[in-house]
Amino acid sequence: MSVTQPPLNSPDIRRLDPVLEPGHTYASVTDKIAAVVLTRPLGIGWLAGFTLAFGVVMLLFISIAWLVIKGVGIWGINIPIGWGFAIVNFVWWIGIGHAGTLISAILYLLNQKWRTSINRFAEAMTLFAVACAGLFPLIHTGRPWMAYYMFPYPSTMGIWPQFRSPLIWDVFAVSTYGTVSLLFWFVGLLPDLATLRDRAKSRYQQVIYGILSMGWRNSARHWHRYQSAYLLLAGLATPLVLSVHTVVSFDFAIAIVPGWHTTIFPPYFVAGAIYSGFAMVLTLAIPLRKAYGLEDFITMRHLENMAKVMLATGLIVAYGYFIEFFMAFYSGNKFDVFLAEQRLHGPYSHFYFALILCNILTPQLLWFEKVRRNVVALFLMSLVINTGMWLERFVIVVISLTRDFMPSAWGRYSPTFWDYSTFIGTLGLFVMLIFLFVRGLPAIAIAEMRELVHESDAKKGHT
Amino acid sequence: MTEHHSPLHGVMGEFETPEQLLAAARKAREVGYKHVDAYTPFPIEGLAHAIGFRWTAVPLITLIGGIGGGLTGFGLQYWCAAISYPMNIAGRPLNSWPAFIPVTFELTVLGASLFAVVGMLALNKLPQPYHPVFNVERFASASTDRFFLLIEAHDPKFNLAESSRFLQELSARHVSEVKDEE
Repeated sequence: MSVTQPPLNSPDIRRLDPVLEPGHTYASVTDKIAAVVLTRPLGIGWLAGFTLAFGVVMLLFISIAWLVIKGVGIWGINIPIGWGFAIVNFVWWIGIGHAGTLISAILYLLNQKWRTSINRFAEAMTLFAVACAGLFPLIHTGRPWMAYYMFPYPSTMGIWPQFRSPLIWDVFAVSTYGTVSLLFWFVGLLPDLATLRDRAKSRYQQVIYGILSMGWRNSARHWHRYQSAYLLLAGLATPLVLSVHTVVSFDFAIAIVPGWHTTIFPPYFVAGAIYSGFAMVLTLAIPLRKAYGLEDFITMRHLENMAKVMLATGLIVAYGYFIEFFMAFYSGNKFDVFLAEQRLHGPYSHFYFALILCNILTPQLLWFEKVRRNVVALFLMSLVINTGMWLERFVIVVISLTRDFMPSAWGRYSPTFWDYSTFIGTLGLFVMLIFLFVRGLPAIAIAEMRELVHESDAKKGHT
Repeated sequence: MTEHHSPLHGVMGEFETPEQLLAAARKAREVGYKHVDAYTPFPIEGLAHAIGFRWTAVPLITLIGGIGGGLTGFGLQYWCAAISYPMNIAGRPLNSWPAFIPVTFELTVLGASLFAVVGMLALNKLPQPYHPVFNVERFASASTDRFFLLIEAHDPKFNLAESSRFLQELSARHVSEVKDEE
């Protein structure tokens, strides 16, 4: 417009970081990603990390064994607080499990190129988080070997699950989500497993990847059907990912307990799930790109975009907190008003203020470009948000249950050693699975990276 | 295996860029080859079309799976709640369909997804432990950075010498015979 406008190639104009650093070829991206799995020797870092995580998994096994021997009385739960850590952790893990499918499905439909190098391990993260999440309701039943009661099967008693209950909806939502995420992940992996099969040097690698890749041979006919199936899966997974946390929020919202019975729950649960999911992707991506030298593929562009998604979903979550308060007072319902006051002044108010600090105040730093482009700051921020999202679920579950309608039904909740050991145990399980995944399967989608190389080459050709 | 016990599966040309392969595939169709296949390290737009493959049943299979899953979901709940074990709770309707929507939705998605994946694998005839193209040593690079065009031996126009020459003229960097050792 004006004469003073700088030319297009001026260094004064900040350009977006590329989604793939320049200079890569089909072979170089393939080599680099496949080498992590096929040829790289086991480092001391991997062994130490895996051993530590494996030790923590043993803690989980001991906790579950003791639970099976003694019953759920080893936890801090009792009437009126029957839900406690098990449900807090369930909702937290399932929320984390949302980012993978969101990145893979929704960003795929929106044609976002930056999803390519983070979708694979985000999907793996989703599967492992869903596995950790599914464990909690299972062991919370106290008799996990009776869990099949929740599925509709023709029993000699002639009775059926109560399909009008959100807890049964949850069984279907979470198991469908787990299955579809696994299918989506496997379909994405298929061409990469064939790549590993073709490059494998040792016999056992050839056999394992050969079996897993099912004889995939990169034929144009295969690719055509593959792309059709992948697109359809993305389209199916998109409403699914939004439905899962909606159904989880129904577990609360359908009940009449003060603080739970609100219509804001479904959207704000979904936003919170995406918020914590992206935080967990950052928690994993930042060390991963450093440890395996993948900075060319997971660039600042990815980290910055994820920070922006966190900022946006964090604001939706903040809006949810605000509306909860607003509706409590606007409704004039004395139980809702009382619960809102209990969040601010009750025995668990320090959890509430910690939650506001972690989930609303600290993430506002993400408005600053300096913070979004600082890897260490982002890593710390992701940990803060993960903590905040855990506190959110604690506040929702515990404060409402300890302060419902009648003072005679009020109570207090304090977790025991076994509550903590089970929770920390699932963290160990998650980390251990991530460690195994990184060395056993390509952590970045190789075929999609080659496609990205092709597209960036084509773009260069036109200019 | 074939009628003539011919060990030959076809001839395969190796190309360096997707554009060369695409042009070669179009040319092969133009001169009248019917049974051609192409192998690429990533999906290439228009390639399936160029080798004469237009329609895939995957979307239809997915639709069938979705409809089947949805009907199963709703039918299951209706049957349990209204037929097999009806419970009169304060006179509320037995077919309380709004409460059945979440499970119906989940099973619709589950049915469609399972059918999409299993259908895709089945149409691709996977898992398939053996295929003659793997006998070509250079074929391993089809999953890295090489692009292959295969003219199958059972094509009516196929002739080993002529088809090989045809591929060479299309700037194929290397032409190999594909033997079927089975």
